This record gives sequence, C-alpha cells and structure tokens, in this order.
Amino acid sequence: MLKRVHFQSSILPYLLVAPQIVITLVFFIWPASQAVYQSFLIEDAFGLSTEFVWFENFEYLFGDELYLDSFLRTLFFSAAVAFMSMSFALILAGFADRVVRGATTYRTLLIWPYAVAPVLAGALWVFMFNPTLGIFPYFLGFLGYDWNHYLNGNQAMLLVIMAAAWKQVAYNFLFYLAAMQAIPRSIIEAGAIDGARPLRRFWTLIFPLVSPTTFFLLVINAVYAFFDTFGIIHAVTQGGPANSTTILVYKVFNDGFVGLDLGGSAAQSVILMFLVIVMTFIQFRYIENKVEY
Amino acid sequence: MASIVLKDLVKNYGKVEVLHKVTGQFEDGEFIVIVGPSGCGKSTLLRMVAGLETVSGGEIYIGDKLVNDLEPADRDIAMVFQNYALYPHMSVRENMAYGLKIRKLSKVEINKRVDEAADILEIKDYLDRKPRQLSGGQRQRVAMGRAIVRDPQVFLFDEPLSNLDAKLRVQMRLEIRKLQRRLGVTSIYVTHDQVEAMTLGDRLMVLNGGYVEQFGTPIDLYDRPASVFVAGFIGSPAMNFLKAKTIGGNVELSNGTRLKTNTKLDLDLTLGIRPEHLVADPNGVIELETEMFEQLGATTLVHGRLAGSGEQLVASMPGHVAQEPGSIMKFGANADALHMFDAASGKRLEQ
Repeated sequence: MLKRVHFQSSILPYLLVAPQIVITLVFFIWPASQAVYQSFLIEDAFGLSTEFVWFENFEYLFGDELYLDSFLRTLFFSAAVAFMSMSFALILAGFADRVVRGATTYRTLLIWPYAVAPVLAGALWVFMFNPTLGIFPYFLGFLGYDWNHYLNGNQAMLLVIMAAAWKQVAYNFLFYLAAMQAIPRSIIEAGAIDGARPLRRFWTLIFPLVSPTTFFLLVINAVYAFFDTFGIIHAVTQGGPANSTTILVYKVFNDGFVGLDLGGSAAQSVILMFLVIVMTFIQFRYIENKVEY
Repeated sequence: MASIVLKDLVKNYGKVEVLHKVTGQFEDGEFIVIVGPSGCGKSTLLRMVAGLETVSGGEIYIGDKLVNDLEPADRDIAMVFQNYALYPHMSVRENMAYGLKIRKLSKVEINKRVDEAADILEIKDYLDRKPRQLSGGQRQRVAMGRAIVRDPQVFLFDEPLSNLDAKLRVQMRLEIRKLQRRLGVTSIYVTHDQVEAMTLGDRLMVLNGGYVEQFGTPIDLYDRPASVFVAGFIGSPAMNFLKAKTIGGNVELSNGTRLKTNTKLDLDLTLGIRPEHLVADPNGVIELETEMFEQLGATTLVHGRLAGSGEQLVASMPGHVAQEPGSIMKFGANADALHMFDAASGKRLEQ
C-alpha cells in the first residue's frame, strides 16, 4: 500500500503548479483558442472590419486546389524526410554500435547537427547548393547536371528534404543507438554462432528488435516534418519555386502574414492542430503499448 | 565430431594478460568441464574457442583445422549461453530453425530436424510460443534444442544452469549429461560449481587466475589434487589445511601432534585432510575442539579448531552427532588420506 501524503488543505500545491499552469494558459491555450476563434472570422486586408462566418473558411480551404496540393506535398515531404533521416540514422547507429575505439567522439560528432537551429541548417544547405556559388552544383556541373533549385521545383523539394532529414538524423541516431545497445550482446553472439554474417544479423535480429523504436521515431519524424521544418523552408526556398515546396506550415505563414488572409490562415492552423492531436494520440495509444515483439 | 587442441593459448586485454599459456587436448566425444572461481578466465577461454573473443597468442584447433582467425560461423560449433540468448521476436520453432535456414537447408529437412530435437527435449508443445511465454527451464531446453538441431562438431556451454533453481539444476544437469552421451559430441562446459563439474565432466580443467591448475578426471582431482587451490576447490565440504613440518618421516602439526607417514621429505608443508577422511577414533591423535555442529541428516559436520593451535578444522561424521560445543573430539586419519603441499608454492608433494 502506498502511503498517501497529506497536505492539510493548504494552497501550497496550487502555488507550486501555478507557474506551469500560467505558462500553459498564456502560451498554449490562449493562442490556440484565439486561432480557433479567428478561424471563424473573415477580416479585410487592412483589419478595418471583421465578420463572423462560422465554417466558411474551412469550406473554402477544402475546395481550394492549392490547399489540397499542399496537403499532398506535405505528406510526400514528411514521408521522404522520415524515411531518409531514419534510414541514415539506422545505418550510422548500426556502425556506431560496432565501433570499439573512439566511440564517444564519433557519437558526439553525430549529435551536433541536432543542436543547429533549423534556419541555420537551411542556410548551410543554401550555400552548399547555391547554383552560382555552391560547391555541389559546381561538382554536378562536371557530371553535366544542371542544378538550379530556384527554377526547378523537384530540385527545390529534394534540397529541403535533404536539409530537413540531415538535421533529424542526429536525433534518430541517438534513439537507434540506445535501442541497439539495449539488445543483449549474447543474442547477437548467438546469431554469429548460428552462422549469420553481420548484414544478416542486422536484418534478422537487430532490425526487428529495434522495431518499437522505429514506430516511435516514425511518429516523431512525421510530427517534425509537418511542423518543425518551417525555418528550413523559409531559409532555403521560401516555398518556391511556384509553391513547389509550400508545405502546410509554410502555407499558414504565407497566407496569413504575406497574403493577409488571417481567417483562412487560422483555419489552416486549426487543421494542423487537429493533426498534431491525432498523431499524439496514435503515439500514446498504440506505440507506447507496442513494445511487444 | 572432432577433437579440440589448445596450444599455449594467451589472452590479453590491453596490457593485462588474463589467460597464460593454456594448453590442453580434448578428445573426440569427450565432455570437458572448465571450472574455477569468478574471474579466472574460464568464460574467456570458452569464448575464444567459440570465436567471440580474439586470440592474443597460441593456437586453437578444432578437428585438424586451425581456427584462430575463423568467424564463429565457420567453426561448426553451437553454444548455450548463460542467459539462453533466445531470439525474443521469434517463436521456439523459428529460434531452432534460424541456424538451419542460414545453412540453406530445405524446408522439409529443417522441419524434420526441429521436430526431432523437440522430441528429444520434450518441448513439442511449445514450438509456436515466444520465448517470453516460457519458464526458465523451458527456455533452457529451447537453447539446447537450438544447439543440437545444428548437429555441430562441438557444443559449448557457458554456465547454462546458473539461472535455474536448485532442483531444476540437478535435473537439467543429468539431462545434459545423457544428451551428450547419446549424441557423442565433444563438449566444453564452463561452470563455477564444483558439484556440477564433478558430475558432468569426463575430465576437468581447473583454472585459477588464468593458469591451468590441474587437468584430469574428477576422481584424479579428488584423490590427488595438484595444488592447495585444487584441493580446496574440489570436494565439499572443502579440505582442511593445517600448517605442518616433517620430522624423521613423520609429520608434526602446529600443536605438536605427530602423524605417522612414510615421507622422505624434510621441509615445511601444508597438510590437507578432507573432512570425510577424519575418522572418529578414541585413540586418534588429532584433537578437535568443537564449536558448532551442522546437522545435514545423513552426515553431521563438526566445525571447530585444532586443539592447542586455533587452526580451523572440519570433520564430517556419518549420522547424527551432537555434543556440547567446546568438548574435545578425537580423530584419526589414514596415511594415504593425507595430502602434502609445499608450504611456499602450494604445489603437491609426493610422499
């Protein structure tokens, strides 16, 4: 039996949780409710008049081809980012798990990209791939390939995917490495004695045994690609060329602060909020329980 | 089936040498037990034979093949781990079939072998379960099953019974012995439990601090231990050791008691007497000042000190014995039950 700690009906516990509650209210609940309220309004570009329109903003969005395009683009973008960063992280962790000497240095270096702010990460990639100054277009030129992500939408998409994935590799790497190091050594040794070579051991033993981590990272990466990549896109392509890299978060910003359609932008952010809630729900409901293998 | 030869085997971790020129020849079909206290290097030795640890010096042969630089996969061995090391995401059947699939055996052949092994080990009913749904003893069987389906040249056991409860351990010990006899596969078994070692092994290799103290049959080790270490390690309760010196063919204990022997030696020595070789005798010269009686039912262990010297002494007497602590009991010992060891080096001295 747990003993129940008893505070004699004082206000102390309320005072202790108050700072957290205040922060949550001011920075999360209040802006979120404002967004929900605003999504029911239509405002003119100068902010002189507003009209309460119920769900008209949402109706408009779902009929808007640009928005649906952006939705599909976002799905593709996050799938690509998640796949790329997770597979790279998996490979790196697989090797790091086998490193004997200098393991700490290796790990530390691999974690660095995570500490880089998204905008800076984007800036790095912009420089590296700048069609006139960048080192990669220079090399690609030798191969006869013309790189210009300011004109070519597919190249622009590839670039933001790479930049976003690169930044997330470190995070995924950490989780994969931890998961791999939690596998008892003797299981891998048993595999070796059973005749499995390293690559086969990786696919038949290590990969299935880290599958709970894979599920977890899948959600985390999807959330990251959906919501945290604004800085990278803003720095690298600003959604262009011709909206080819305008994912949902960028469209919220673009329609709201550039297009000054505050109501429509708020409606989009309400939809995004709903998506976060769904993904968080999936994570808690299915993945936390799915540690079984 | 194959013999195993270890030649001057050395293992270093950095500058620390943990195994010092271990040499031994294990015959085809033999059950070898490597026994020693924690940290003596016995698991390291086994893992070197398995190919899980690199060899720093010396040679290992399995059959006639030098295997020093071979991957575990190429050594044709199977190993049972202390924690069983079953693949947690696979069913029992898949666990046992894993090594066979890698060898690209046909499905029919794989199923046949798995079913056979499951029959032998009586795990037929669990073939579709996952390891976590099994008890410790069942997991142990699966681990053995995984080893025997492969039909390897050598079995390696790394303290496989240490995670089981006492009763199950005795039962599994017998089963392992029977199974090994039946299959006739050369086996190396590592344990720190001397009873396990004595009952299982055709021959025992006693390791201490990375050195081989003695290598021989269990009875050899019991009757003629090569050193104080082996003498104290093999046999339960452990052998008594008393300070002594030789005087004119007799042995004089530290309290002045003289024991008749035919020794021609003349030096300080450590005298070893097993508790079960101390025979209660009213005319006996060894006087034991009793401190405590341990009743084991069939036997009674009398703990005490050698009268007049304070050296610890244990005697094992048949049946129930109980006296006042502090009383003096007299014991005699046969001359051939006395083991003499050099006081300085601890090595056995022949009379």
